[in-house]
Amino acid sequence: MLLGPSLGVSAVLFALGVAGVLLRRNAIVIFMCVELMLNAANLAFVALAQSLGVAGQIFVFFVMAVAAAEAAVGLAIILAIYRHKQTVDLQNINLLKG
Amino acid sequence: MILDLSSSRDLLLALLPELVLTGWSLVLLLVVAWRHRTVGDLRLTGWVTLAALGSTAAAVWWLWWHTARAAPGPVPVMVAVDDFRFVTDWLFLGAAALTVLLSFDYLEREELLVPEYHVLIVFATLGMMLMGGGEDLMVIFLGLELLSVAVYVLAGINRESASGAEAAFKYFLLGAFASGFLLYGIALVYGATGTTGLRAIGAQIGAGGGGGGGTMLAIGLALLLIGFGFKIAAVPFHTWAPDVYDGSPTPVTAYMASGVKAAAFAALFRVLGEAFPAVAAWHQIVWWLAVATMVVGNLIALAQRTVKRMLAYSSVAHAGYLLVAVAAGPEPGSAAFLFYLVAYTLMTLGAFALLAAKGRHGERDVLIDDLAGLATRHPWLAFALAVCMLSLLGFPGTAGFIGKWYILAAATSAGQGVLATVLVLTSVISAGYYLPVIMAMYMKPEPFAEAHVGMRLGRLGYAVVMVSVAGLLFFGVRPNRLLDLAHTGGVGVQPAPGVPPAAPAVTAAHARTAR
Repeated sequence: MLLGPSLGVSAVLFALGVAGVLLRRNAIVIFMCVELMLNAANLAFVALAQSLGVAGQIFVFFVMAVAAAEAAVGLAIILAIYRHKQTVDLQNINLLKG
Repeated sequence: MILDLSSSRDLLLALLPELVLTGWSLVLLLVVAWRHRTVGDLRLTGWVTLAALGSTAAAVWWLWWHTARAAPGPVPVMVAVDDFRFVTDWLFLGAAALTVLLSFDYLEREELLVPEYHVLIVFATLGMMLMGGGEDLMVIFLGLELLSVAVYVLAGINRESASGAEAAFKYFLLGAFASGFLLYGIALVYGATGTTGLRAIGAQIGAGGGGGGGTMLAIGLALLLIGFGFKIAAVPFHTWAPDVYDGSPTPVTAYMASGVKAAAFAALFRVLGEAFPAVAAWHQIVWWLAVATMVVGNLIALAQRTVKRMLAYSSVAHAGYLLVAVAAGPEPGSAAFLFYLVAYTLMTLGAFALLAAKGRHGERDVLIDDLAGLATRHPWLAFALAVCMLSLLGFPGTAGFIGKWYILAAATSAGQGVLATVLVLTSVISAGYYLPVIMAMYMKPEPFAEAHVGMRLGRLGYAVVMVSVAGLLFFGVRPNRLLDLAHTGGVGVQPAPGVPPAAPAVTAAHARTAR
């Protein structure tokens, strides 16, 4: 039931997340876009779990825990770089030449 | 010893190494909560960490000695019980132990009173072990995240350093981005095959099942490869690696370049070998990744002037060599893959340990020319660095040579002659940046008196260098024992019975027409 549309929405969310990471320059926005990608995967898991059994729904809980851990560490790192640079704009974070 | 994973006692036995390390990590957390103020506390946590790693290695040895295997049964296996897991576990534990030994002096010298450093190393090692042993995409994902989150923090552990913060920041953003790709890939593969168990996926694909999920499976596999490509720093997903390696504290860089990369490779190897042997498409993708990584990594490394960035790009190039073994497939490639992984870990750790001794308050500035005349002042350190460079280059008599030789043999026997040729040619290019280091040390005079006075390697640092150099020379002359171990380890990675492997000869032809 509604498998196709749900997967379609999740694909659109994922594409939006990828586009956001590639195009935006603000660290916080990029981080939000990464979370969008993870949540797109969650939506896909839940949608697929309708026909494939509960495993997909259980994965979602794992992913939520992982995303929370990543958010805790990630925001701390963004804070650390703000203390050094007074900005979280990617254009101004260029001490290391890549 | 056959373990019936449906009984909880046998399941606990099968997970013994992971459980031992988890228990130790909790003990370490408690120790750090009480003792985190003085240098003595830092040393204490370091030694407890070494004890943890040692006892875990003993647990792995116990399972290996009893040739533990999982009983075939209806229970879905989440963690493999095979020699591939045991061998990679030893590799990860060894890399972690050498990193900890290296860190004692480094942390004191840089005045980093951070005992949690060791806790994070233990957590990261636990994640690596789950990645090397994961028999299920979800376990591999969780192991990867446990590893990554710990290493993001390790990269920025020096809060005073702006470049450390920037390295952690870049590593975090790119790492989380890659995790997103990996997870969505897992979701699509799950949708196409209805399972996340590696062998179950392989059986589903082999049976031609999947309910018309061909496109979904292909996209899922492509996303998985992108995710892994970021983690192993394969070109074109390598852009983060030099910056992150450059900005992180040197022992952490050594850990990232050896252990973290080895873990990602082990997981990639198992996933491709067990879940997707029947899908021909990945051979072609990995083929292109390998060629691009070898060529670009080596060419950019030529242009580097600081030792640390040169080593960073050299580790990108070595990812390309390892990808050749992956492209050769599990059948001829696994023994070469494991052997090279061990050799690569030893030479990378040795080189970074010596760099940590030379540099002071940021090894980022050590130019290759700064090593001039090192051989007269510190002949043993110069000799050790020379051995590491020659091994990275693949000079006969070192483990790096034997490793490259076996990768070449595997690639040619799998019909990947072009890959083998590119490997040889790019190795020749790599002489252009490894040999200048040796020439500077042995053929140039000291630029001014006391140029190397600040260079100091503590007793434990010497131990790390001695272990890695002795290992490189020993395995370069007598590789048999390690090769046997790699062979038995490689047998572990194989598809479920009844899955036809994609013919490698066909893929080679594919690759030729594609060009």
